[in-house]
Amino acid sequence: MILGKAHKFGNNIDTDAIIPARHLNTHDPAELAKHVMEDADPQFVNKMKPNDIIVAGENFGCGSSREHAPIAIKASGISAVIAKSFARIFYRNAINIGLPIFESKEAVEGIKAGDEIEIELTIGEIRNVTTKKNYKATAFPPFMQQIIKAGGLIEYVRRKLHG
Amino acid sequence: MTITEKILAAHCGKADLRPGELINAKVDLVLGNDITAPTAIKEFERIGVNKVFDKDRVALVPDHFTPNKDIKSAEQVKMLREFARKYNITNFFEIGCVGIEHALLPELGLTLPGDLIIGADSHTCTYGALGAFSTGVGSTDMAAAMATGEVWLKVPETIKFVFKGKLNKWVEGKDLILYTIGNIGVDGARYMAMEFTGDAIRSLSMDQRFTMANMAIEAGGKNGIIEPDGITIRYVKEVIKRNNIKRGYTLYKSDPDAKYAKVIEYNCKDIEPQVALPSLPSNTKPISKIGKIRLDQVVIGSCTNGRIEDMRIAAKILKGRKKHKDIRVIILPATQSIVKQMIKEGLMDIFIDAQCAVSTPTCGPCLGGHMGVLAEGERALSTTNRNFVGRMGHPKSEVFLSNVAVAAASAVLGRIGSPEEL
Repeated sequence: MILGKAHKFGNNIDTDAIIPARHLNTHDPAELAKHVMEDADPQFVNKMKPNDIIVAGENFGCGSSREHAPIAIKASGISAVIAKSFARIFYRNAINIGLPIFESKEAVEGIKAGDEIEIELTIGEIRNVTTKKNYKATAFPPFMQQIIKAGGLIEYVRRKLHG
Repeated sequence: MTITEKILAAHCGKADLRPGELINAKVDLVLGNDITAPTAIKEFERIGVNKVFDKDRVALVPDHFTPNKDIKSAEQVKMLREFARKYNITNFFEIGCVGIEHALLPELGLTLPGDLIIGADSHTCTYGALGAFSTGVGSTDMAAAMATGEVWLKVPETIKFVFKGKLNKWVEGKDLILYTIGNIGVDGARYMAMEFTGDAIRSLSMDQRFTMANMAIEAGGKNGIIEPDGITIRYVKEVIKRNNIKRGYTLYKSDPDAKYAKVIEYNCKDIEPQVALPSLPSNTKPISKIGKIRLDQVVIGSCTNGRIEDMRIAAKILKGRKKHKDIRVIILPATQSIVKQMIKEGLMDIFIDAQCAVSTPTCGPCLGGHMGVLAEGERALSTTNRNFVGRMGHPKSEVFLSNVAVAAASAVLGRIGSPEEL
């Protein structure tokens, strides 16, 4: 279970906004985390607290394939991203590295910046504690659930190869 | 089935596939660059295998921040170099051989029609121009594929784009794709295959086709693909001969009764050169509706528009002219062989006489890396593929996207304009 405050963003938040390329001369998660969401909101790292949740519109994570985007979000302490929809590569990357993501148009529309949000990870149930409303995220296909359950793609492949 | 479905089916040993199915597919090539491969290497070492699935089918292309722009970038490339040595990887490209990955790999015959290619770079979709299935993934996917030679994929639905008629003057493949993205939006083909067809596509050279497939990701597409034809075969035969490639290739075509999620038709007589305004590639306008927009910098090159034909278009316009006194012009040929050809054809002289800076191959300023980063408040017109906030430098700088002819003309005019105005 996750409990955190919502930070809201609009549509088409691209990976350059999540982690600008000027910081990609490193792949160290802690370094990347210092600049998370920098070009969408330069003050974001000062506003957010561990366990907080990013709530965004359509096509979150569009653009580059840089895994540094979900890595920066995860390493910053953000506990989950809820969006109306995710760009394809970001979606894969988040699942592969174990950053919890949830797709729900209703939840995004029903959540305001600063609302307290609770998420039941395994079943994708989102509860807006502030407004006392519940939402259900789109379920992951069984195959992706296996990757999530294993703790990411590397662990999944390891188990497959080594039994 | 569509061409995309056929290639995916052939790579997972199935006779039939439907959109939505999840498959485990064999990959023909896995690639990564100096930004994405370091994380992939770290993850690969966690898997616990003692070799890559095939040392000839992994490509490590340090093209983004190279020649190394700072110590940290140098450390990242060093990781690639040491990994390549440790696992005896054939296709690691050192400075002097390296070029921009999506121009370099086709040129070397490492991407062929019918292949299934994944790359830890979103513009991996470029190779669809050859009639291959190719798509961008992240570093962890790259790591898993280097170990297993496989990737999990969801079979995408396909949108078919039919381009009819002849191209207007100064219109390039770039304009067809910008027009498409402007029409369907940056998520208009999210998770989907984009199949480009029609008589206008059949008339395009390979370089123009690469430009189109390159930007499928800018509409959210999983892959962009063009059925191979005589132009493709001629290109591929030449590449195979030049590089002494031993393996074969397969030509796939969509069945006449293939099912599409949507069929969209465009008439090329409606399409003039396009400009994408900040800060989304879908924010397009025809050049005639742009008005007077002053520029600080023009960039010609990248994985989108850094091929020899692009250089020839730019040179044709810049020949005997000088760039406007108030702007900088940076030209980035994508590979060493393109640089060599430019010298041979006298294009270098034209660019230098026009007071343009010509760079060694690098992604450089396209992603605000180096070699032409923008200051606060500056504005660039670029033949690259993205104009997001801060893409080429300061978050308060602006990027406009266009084809090569418009960029070259604008370099002379000092503002965004058409070659017709010269």
